[in-house]
Amino acid sequence: MNALKKAGNSVNTFAKKWAEFVIKFKWPVLLLTILLALGLASQGKMEFDGDYHVFFSESNPELEAFDALQEKYTKDDNIVIVLAPDNGEIFTKENLVAIEELTASAWNTPYSSRVDAVTNFQHTSAVGDDLYVDDLSYESATKTDAEIMEIKAKALKEPLLLHRIINEKGSVTAINVTVRLPGVDSAAEIPEVTVATRKMVDEFKEKHPQFKVYTTGLVPLNTAFFEASQSDLALIGIMLLIVVAVTFLLTRNFFATLSTLVVVLFSIMSAVGFIGLTGIKLTPPSAVFPTMILTLAVADSIHILVTMLQKARKDGMDKKEALIESMRLNFMPVFITSLTTVIGFLTMNFGDVPPFWHLGNITAFGMAMAFLYSTTTLPALMAIFPLWKKKGAIKKEEKIGMYTKLGLFVIRQPARLAVISLVVIGGLTYLATLNVFNDEFVEYFDDSVQFRRDSDFINDNLTGFYNVEFSVGSGESGGINNPEYLQKLNAFEDWLNDQSEVVHVNAFSEVARRVNRSMHGDDQTYYRVPDNREEAAQFLLLYELSLPFGLDLNNQINVDKSETRVTATLKNISSAEMIAFSARAEEWLGNNTDEPMHSIGVSPTMMFSKLGFRQADSMFNGNIVALILISLVLMLALRNFKLGLLSIIPNVTPVLVGFGIWALYKGQINTGMVIVFGMTLGIIVDDTVHFMSKFLRARRELGYDAKQAVIYAFETVGRALVTTTVVLLSGFAVLSTSSFALNSYMARITVIIITAALIIDFLLLPALLILSSRKEEEIEVIPNQLKPELKLDK
Amino acid sequence: MKKSILTVAAFSVISLALAQTPEERGLEIAKAAELADEGFGSSSVELKMVLKNKNGQTSERTMTTRTLELTEDGDKSLIAFGSPKDVKGTATLTYTHKVGSDDQWLYLPSIKRVKRISSNNKSGPFVGSEFAYEDLSSQEVEKYTYKFLEAKGNLLLVEQDPVDPKSGYTRRIVTYNKDKGYRIEKVEFYDRKNALLKTLTYSDYKLYKNKFWRAATFNMVNHQSNKETLLKFSDYDFGVAFSEDDFSQVALQRAGK
Repeated sequence: MNALKKAGNSVNTFAKKWAEFVIKFKWPVLLLTILLALGLASQGKMEFDGDYHVFFSESNPELEAFDALQEKYTKDDNIVIVLAPDNGEIFTKENLVAIEELTASAWNTPYSSRVDAVTNFQHTSAVGDDLYVDDLSYESATKTDAEIMEIKAKALKEPLLLHRIINEKGSVTAINVTVRLPGVDSAAEIPEVTVATRKMVDEFKEKHPQFKVYTTGLVPLNTAFFEASQSDLALIGIMLLIVVAVTFLLTRNFFATLSTLVVVLFSIMSAVGFIGLTGIKLTPPSAVFPTMILTLAVADSIHILVTMLQKARKDGMDKKEALIESMRLNFMPVFITSLTTVIGFLTMNFGDVPPFWHLGNITAFGMAMAFLYSTTTLPALMAIFPLWKKKGAIKKEEKIGMYTKLGLFVIRQPARLAVISLVVIGGLTYLATLNVFNDEFVEYFDDSVQFRRDSDFINDNLTGFYNVEFSVGSGESGGINNPEYLQKLNAFEDWLNDQSEVVHVNAFSEVARRVNRSMHGDDQTYYRVPDNREEAAQFLLLYELSLPFGLDLNNQINVDKSETRVTATLKNISSAEMIAFSARAEEWLGNNTDEPMHSIGVSPTMMFSKLGFRQADSMFNGNIVALILISLVLMLALRNFKLGLLSIIPNVTPVLVGFGIWALYKGQINTGMVIVFGMTLGIIVDDTVHFMSKFLRARRELGYDAKQAVIYAFETVGRALVTTTVVLLSGFAVLSTSSFALNSYMARITVIIITAALIIDFLLLPALLILSSRKEEEIEVIPNQLKPELKLDK
Repeated sequence: MKKSILTVAAFSVISLALAQTPEERGLEIAKAAELADEGFGSSSVELKMVLKNKNGQTSERTMTTRTLELTEDGDKSLIAFGSPKDVKGTATLTYTHKVGSDDQWLYLPSIKRVKRISSNNKSGPFVGSEFAYEDLSSQEVEKYTYKFLEAKGNLLLVEQDPVDPKSGYTRRIVTYNKDKGYRIEKVEFYDRKNALLKTLTYSDYKLYKNKFWRAATFNMVNHQSNKETLLKFSDYDFGVAFSEDDFSQVALQRAGK
């Protein structure tokens, strides 16, 4: 113990020497830190990446499976433009002409490889003895009313169109533009496509005001991610205002506020430099870094400034003395809290979702720099700025403060409080287990986002946004023409169509049936897959020879004609339902087909569905590491093994409470929330450190018993804890206004957790501290014995 | 035939007299190329097609192609599939027309029927390959408008814009080799949004009958999908003298046997 105490003393001496050094060389220190901040900022570069692929690590098995499928067929990112004419009827000459026009201009979309619309649908029919394949409505301007009625009848009967390109009433239609993004620089390619699409849609709306136009698809999804990053980055503006207001309120000093602002801005500038140096591209989760850093870094400055001003105003110390004393008292706590926060954020690297690695690393770097600036730039600035003292500001509070009252309340009934708290925590922990993962990426965006509103309209009126794809193999070259394969594929298609989740199925068996029928004079009894392999192969050859540019079958048949792609479009269902559906389909293939036809369901939807689970699994180890490291830091900081262990309770339970309350609030958690354990642990541990260290100081240095020490801790840090909690809450409250659920849910549950942490630190922690010191002699605590002056000893 | 020689001769004389526009120069080169290849009569060649996707997975087809040269109208050609097994005996017959859509039929041995192929769709891929039917059909001068771009030594670059509105391309940039009978070395295809879609490179040229250059290898690379298709021609046979009867629907049914 002695050696450690010496270490503690040497820290005090070190902090004092540091402060004296900084004050002595205030100008060089200030200049150096300015150069450091500007130097880092000059390396800064903020680029955004909206490609949904960024959410998946390279080794993500769902991503690998989906990429493999895309390489086998075609890589399809798409833009779905949905048109709803005011007259509620797609099939009028005027509307068809407009659709044809938009289809033609859609071919000019950058990187487009295919455009599917109702008008250019390749309709097959028998004309005489020949197979005739042509656009369903070509040169619509020349059509008569009777012809248009015929086109309508054909379209509404067409399985490939209905519920995909056209709705049952014929009142809403889609144009699906497939783009093949080179993927060299998605930060440039996606905006290029988006700008072109928006321009095209605007021109269309101007020319044809009778249409309402909605846009969805993977490219607009990427754009929505992109724009969410930018709008969340912009939250920093509000946060800066809050920081200025809170700092001014707490310090009542202009220069203190200004210095704090300098420290947090330097921290953010450094973090931006870090982004530039590491080449990180910002994504919605990582774009919140400035608000995070701002929220967390401001606490360091506030601690140092409040103590300094207190020493100067109430103890009448001069500026330099007050500054050195404040640094001596706060150096260690600020260091410890920064260290735990950095550890908490770094554990995000254990997860499987790259944007959160970035968030963790950027914020950790920013926090490390915040510590540096808080202990250099801040004291240097305060040493330079004058300190205006108000005469008569020094007054002693004689009445018992509210924190003392709270302390008295706790020490009167520690056992009861402990039991009640633990029961409540136990109940909420049970509730926490009821949360289910849900990463429906459309619902990442709230109603304020156009993409969400448009996607909802399309889901309600035309088709689904989510899908699952299967690459169904035949096991031999050219085997897709094997009648046995076709029949089983057809059975799979039928089975999929029977599932309640399924809106539409696109399978090669439908092509085979359709061509077979047209080869037999459009005889409906031949609307079945061919029963002879040569026939199937030769019909397919004929059909393929009859297709125009861009509307070929390469997107659903592989080069070897050994596998075909089955796409099931689904209703809006939760991630759990999605996974269950895919498992059912895989099982059906397993039970009803031979081995080569077995396949697993893949798609972006599936990738997101499993992302939360994957992140939770991989973060589990990270959380354990965070807990162990942070508990170790606490043990060393407090120089007490037992209390270090005890601290695990107030450090872990807020998260359980948070998720318990969340179960009552939403019940669904997303990938963004998985990281909160490590992150909040690093933040809320500060409360515990402050409270326990004051408790220990009272026991060790002042010789108080457990109950007196609790009162002492309340009096000395009660206010500081509430203050920092308020700052943190306002920061995360700002983030919770994000339109992007990965961020807003994360921020909301953090708000709950931080609040819970404060309550637990004020009720359960002191109760446990008293109970664990039970064996010692009880001393009657008389409130009046506790002198308010103790407060000044913070 | 005579008529076109006269046209070209007349054209050359005029072009000497007057400064040519790039359009005239382009047309002149296309005509010179046509002229240089005139008179081969008929030919027959075995062909192997290798389809390759991004991952290098391949798939092969073999076929036999016969061509009959016609001058009043476009050439006639017949392609018979040898493999894959399930399409063996299937054959296409094409009558190219200088003006208007080509006529095309397919013989399906499984049902022993000849079917006409929709004439207005010819921009789609030929049997799943990176070649469109329009890339393989006879290159009649009348099917494009021309613009000479530049000369790089003996290589002449000419832009060709398809006349057919249903073509999959806005333009092609064709590289002719002036010193080797105006044979084509390379064609670049631009899609409807005028982005480079594919490049076709001709190699392993051989001179037949001291006049006709024929490439043994065609390599088509799709820059957007990263897929490619290789055509390997074995030796050309100019010995068989085909007649119009060998390019009838009846002949089509026999072709694959």
